[in-house]
Amino acid sequence: MIVALALVVMAILVNLTPLKEQTWLRVLFGISALNFTLRATVPLVLGALSGILCERSGIINIGIEGMMLAGAFAGFVAKTSTNHWPLAVSLVFSVAVAMAVGGLMGAVHALFSIRFRMDQIISGTVIIILALGTSSYLYNRDAIAEGKFSSIPIPGLAQIPVLGPVLFDNPPITYLALIMVVVVHVGLFYTRWGLRTRAVGEHPRAADTVGINVNRYRYVNTSLGGMLAGLAGAFLVLEAVGQFQEGMTAGRGFISLAAMIFGNWNPIGALGAATLFGYTQALQNELLLAGVTQVPRQFISMLPYVVTIVAVSGLVGRVRPPAAEGKVYETEGSS
Amino acid sequence: MATATSTTGIRRTLRALLIPSLALLSALLAGAVVMLLSGDDPMAAYSGLFQGAFGDGKGWARTIRKTVPFVLTGLSVALAFKVSLFNIGASGQFVMGSVFAVAVGINFEGLPIFIHLPLALIAGIIGGLLWGAIPGILKVYTGAHEVIVTIMLNYVASLFGGWTVYAGGTQGQTPGPLWDRTAGAISETPDVLLSAQIPWLFGPPYRVHYGIFLALAAAILVWWLIFKTPLGFEMRTVGHNMRAARYAGIRVNFTIILTMALAGALAGLAGAIETLGLNHKFAPEFGGAVGFDGITVALLGQTHPIGVLLAAFMFGALDGGAATMQFVSGVPADIIQIIQALVLAFVAAPLIIRMLFRLRQQTDQDAGSAVSTSWGGT
Repeated sequence: MIVALALVVMAILVNLTPLKEQTWLRVLFGISALNFTLRATVPLVLGALSGILCERSGIINIGIEGMMLAGAFAGFVAKTSTNHWPLAVSLVFSVAVAMAVGGLMGAVHALFSIRFRMDQIISGTVIIILALGTSSYLYNRDAIAEGKFSSIPIPGLAQIPVLGPVLFDNPPITYLALIMVVVVHVGLFYTRWGLRTRAVGEHPRAADTVGINVNRYRYVNTSLGGMLAGLAGAFLVLEAVGQFQEGMTAGRGFISLAAMIFGNWNPIGALGAATLFGYTQALQNELLLAGVTQVPRQFISMLPYVVTIVAVSGLVGRVRPPAAEGKVYETEGSS
Repeated sequence: MATATSTTGIRRTLRALLIPSLALLSALLAGAVVMLLSGDDPMAAYSGLFQGAFGDGKGWARTIRKTVPFVLTGLSVALAFKVSLFNIGASGQFVMGSVFAVAVGINFEGLPIFIHLPLALIAGIIGGLLWGAIPGILKVYTGAHEVIVTIMLNYVASLFGGWTVYAGGTQGQTPGPLWDRTAGAISETPDVLLSAQIPWLFGPPYRVHYGIFLALAAAILVWWLIFKTPLGFEMRTVGHNMRAARYAGIRVNFTIILTMALAGALAGLAGAIETLGLNHKFAPEFGGAVGFDGITVALLGQTHPIGVLLAAFMFGALDGGAATMQFVSGVPADIIQIIQALVLAFVAAPLIIRMLFRLRQQTDQDAGSAVSTSWGGT
């Protein structure tokens, strides 16, 4: 959070004063860097929220990458087959399809983990490989999605200098992602559903004793998590890129996992971490655009991945995963 | 997986084969359903697949050629599994092995083959070993989960490999250190010197090299290490119960780092063998997928070195026949990837297979091999 705040202060300083003549400052804090940061953050924070929903209820989800890719592909197929519809209708329909398919993948993951007692990390791997294989198998290279979401400036707010163009002049899924952070946070910590979810993830036996259906909560949460990952995929295809590319998630699902851990399984924390990772991606982009050639571009591109490793390594004893994570829950006496 | 019971060795072996065979069969059947649903002809596809993998000498050669890297990446993942570590990083280790091996292979002109080739292979092993040791060290000293670290390292390795052979940019970016200066705009290394190439067992058009024996030797070595040495006993103990191992005085941290390093070494050797035996150069598009497939191969082989050999052969056949299948039947070769994912699903969840084929539950040990259960350190 402190990092994000410092970033905002620096950004305001740099963009409103003559400091913006300095190339390196513009690279680090220019409006375009901040815009890119937000755009890179959206799929990461959605992925992290997906992980939080699953893991708070006790299901490890390393399959986010696969759910995202499946969502992206489903959104693309839906968009290409509804190109003749009015653009807005077709886009909204495609988002719905992407979320449905993501949710389905989540349900499959839950089924594997709960009903078939598969190791949850392996089940996640299955989801990833399945999504990669299926999307490549069914991908029709001639199909073209026509149109994508465009920015909707929020009247009034969008005119604020610096903050306006960065925060209040965005396409809809970006707003939705930021709203989801609040929704998941409130849901998790201030509702009965959230309390029960956390109970199921921390101490399923106790939850069961007071009459909570442990596995039902796990099924529902993992499916909801899948839907959020699907939404992240929809963002990539329908808002950011406009087309589908094979393997286009490029590790974002895994970086979201790191953001989830870095944010200590807390939605607001995850937003902070996702922003940090998003910022490294923006930095990579800005450095390339600014024509920095002293450092080979491959090394600049390593930045987000290296930062992720450093982040998850610097957390000894500072974060704590839900206690019952990764364990199958069986009621006593059942086989 | 299969712990010692009162049954005899043969019956135990048969039982160990049962689940993987049924998993493979189910995956092929499910793959056929997928093909039917998308309007393809599964019979034509599978006969094309078989023809491509075993139809003639060239088919067999393709299958064997594809089997070699699967054996080694499969062993890499399987070895880590024995210690309850999940090595998703075989593709990165593979790339580092390739880069290190090619760096030695294209230099040192004039060395005799019996020095140059081993040197290049060892370089590849070291490349993978170092890359595998990093997640082990980070896990032990910082608690960073090896799944995230190995995946991130995969991307870093692939970018690093890309940089070493980078042809330079139009804006005057410096080319990578291993780039072939005669290749123009193509990013690749020069050919490995003849003295560092693994000789052909069957030359072109078959292109099968002696690397297959290295893979077999590695399988035997891993088997010996795991089951016949004190170190292997320590590894298995750490894998079964880390806390108990610690109380028993086993150096748990050392075992974790060593296992990850050895797993990396095996994947690095895979990269070295592919580079020195088959591709004879390194380019960014080589490598990658075999590492991920190593996971499926290891689980299909029930994390046993001999099982891994069989599983790698199955996967070699699937990959070897894929191109012919697409050519003969018009079914996209990507269906193979779906089948491989289904194999993984079925073999990792024996309960599905037991339900489908109405098998009795034999031991409760069958419920999948448990990897590290949570993100938090120990």
